[in-house]
Amino acid sequence: MTLAIRARLKRSDFELDVDIDLPPGGVTSLFGRSGCGKTTLLRIMAGLEKVRDAEVRFGDQVWQQGKHFVPLHQRRIGIVFQEHSLLPHLSVRGNLLYGYKRTPASLRRLHLSGVTDMLGIADLLDRPIDRLSGGQRQRVSLGRALLTSPQLLLLDEPLSALDTRNRREVMPFLSRLAAESGVPIVMVTHSPDEVERLADRVVFMEAGRISSVESLQQTLRRTDSPLFADKGTVCVLAGRVLPGQADGLIRFGNEHLQFLIEDPGPHGMPTRVRIHSSDVAIARHRIGDVSVVNQLPVIVERIEAFRPGRILVAGKLRDGQILTAEITEHSCRRLGLGNGQLVHALIRSVTLLD
Amino acid sequence: MPELSPADWQAIEVTLRLCFYTTLILLVIATPIAWWLSSGQSAARIAVQAIVALPLVLPPTVLGFYLLIVLGPRGAVGGTLESLGLHHLAFTFEGILIASVLYSMPFAVQPLTEAFGNLGRRPAEVASSLGAGLIDRFVTVTLPLTRGGFVVAATLTFAHTLGEFGVILMLGGSIPGETRVLSVLIYDHAEAMNYEAAHRLSLMLLIFAFFTLFVVYGLTRRFKVARV
Repeated sequence: MTLAIRARLKRSDFELDVDIDLPPGGVTSLFGRSGCGKTTLLRIMAGLEKVRDAEVRFGDQVWQQGKHFVPLHQRRIGIVFQEHSLLPHLSVRGNLLYGYKRTPASLRRLHLSGVTDMLGIADLLDRPIDRLSGGQRQRVSLGRALLTSPQLLLLDEPLSALDTRNRREVMPFLSRLAAESGVPIVMVTHSPDEVERLADRVVFMEAGRISSVESLQQTLRRTDSPLFADKGTVCVLAGRVLPGQADGLIRFGNEHLQFLIEDPGPHGMPTRVRIHSSDVAIARHRIGDVSVVNQLPVIVERIEAFRPGRILVAGKLRDGQILTAEITEHSCRRLGLGNGQLVHALIRSVTLLD
Repeated sequence: MPELSPADWQAIEVTLRLCFYTTLILLVIATPIAWWLSSGQSAARIAVQAIVALPLVLPPTVLGFYLLIVLGPRGAVGGTLESLGLHHLAFTFEGILIASVLYSMPFAVQPLTEAFGNLGRRPAEVASSLGAGLIDRFVTVTLPLTRGGFVVAATLTFAHTLGEFGVILMLGGSIPGETRVLSVLIYDHAEAMNYEAAHRLSLMLLIFAFFTLFVVYGLTRRFKVARV
C-alpha cells in the first residue's frame, strides 16, 4: 500500500515542505543530517505531529486531510523510538502484550511466541525493565510494536542511542524482521551503514525538503550520493552465506559468484556484503601470485571522474550486480580502460553486513 | 482537656466535607489543565498558569469579594440561579465549595504540571502507538507513572482548604452546619474571648498541618529520588 504524504510546516527556526508517494513494501530510509526534518516527517506519518497543512494517506485509508484526522491509536502503526521507551511500570511481558491485548483478535497476525523467537527475547519475559541491556530494550520495543500486527512500522533512529556492541547485537534482528515480518518499514537514520544494511530505498532529506528518492542500488551507483559524503563510495552486493568453510574463511554469494570472507564468528543470516570502492583494484589479467583472495572478473560498464585525479570504474559482475572500484586517473590511462572491457577486480576487504 | 462541644464537632464535619469535595473536584479539573500546561510554552499557557496561581498572591478578601458579587443574588451566576427559581450561592456550602476550588487550584495544578512535565509525552505516545485511546492511556500509563504527583496534589489541596479563612468569611459568613468551618469557628471563639476553645481547635489544626507537610515533603523527596 502506497504511503502518500503532503505536508507544509513553518516554524521560526525550521521549515518543512514535502510531497511524496512511497511505494509499498520493503524498508524505506529517511536519510539526512540532524535537523533536516526526517523525524518530524516520521511524526507526521504517525499523527504525533499535528500539522494543519498536511495530508497523509496509506493505501485507501485517509489518515489526515483537511479537518479529518485519524488519531495514532486508530492507525495501526508500530513505532520504535530512538531512546529507551519501554513502559517502566510494566514487565517485559507486560510491555509486549500491552499492544497485543488492544489489537482485535481478527487482526492479529503475529503472536507472542513467534515474535519473541524472532527477536531472541523469549527468556527475558519475566525480567523487570531496568535489568535489560540497551540492546535487549530495543529488541523488546521492536517486539512490542510487532505484536500489534501493524500495517506499517516506523523506526526513529532505533540504534543511535546504543553503543557499538549493543548496536551489533540488535542489527541482525532488525534485518531479520525486515525480511520476515512482511510489514513495510520506514526508518529514520543518519547512518549510511544502516541504510546499506537494511534499506531497499532511500529518501534523502535536506533542510526540510526531500532532495531525492532512490532505490539503494540507484544511489550506490552514483558517485555523489549523500550516503558517501563521509566514508567514500561503497557498493553493497546481495547474496547469502554458502555452506562450507576453510582456513577461517566463509563463502558468500550465489551460484554465479562467490567471495571468501574472514569468518566473523557467530552470525545470523546476512544477505548483504559491503565493499569500499577504495578497497578494489583493477587488473587487466588474472594475477596468480597475490595475497588478495577475492579476484572477480567484471565487464567495465562506466568510467567516471568524481574527484580530482580519481576515477570510479563500475563493472558488471557475472550475476549482473555492479561492483565499483576507485582508482587513480593515472592507472586508468595506463591500463587503457574502456567500456565493455573484461578486467579483474581485486577486492582487498569485504564486510559481511550482519 | 475538656471535650469538644457539639458546635466544634459540627464545624469539623463541615470542614472535612468541604476539604473532601474540594479535593475530589480539583483533581478532576486540575488534571486536564495541568496536562495542557505541561505540553508547551505558548503565551496562552503562561496566561492560564498566571491565572491559576493568582490565589497565591491575592489577599483572600479580594477573591471572596468578587465571588460574593458574582455568586450573590444580583451577580451573574447568583442572579441567573434566582431567575431559574433556585437559590443564589452566597452564604451557602455550595458557594464556599466553589470558592475553595478556585482558591486551592494552584495547589492541585502545580504538582500535577510538574509531574506531567517530568514524565514527558513519550509514554503516552508509546501507549497511543500500541492502540490505547485517550482515557485508556491515561489510566494505564500516565496515572501509574505520576501517582506521586497526584498524592502530593491531593494532600496539599486538602490541607490548604483546611487552612482557608478569608475567602470563606467573605462569601460564606459563619452559618453553623453550612459555612462555619474550623478556621472561622476559631475566629468566633477568640472574638467571644473563649480562648480555651480556640486553643483546642488551633492546636489540632497546627498538628494536622505539620503532619501533612511532613508527609508531602517526604513524598516529594522519595519520588524525586526514584526518578533518577
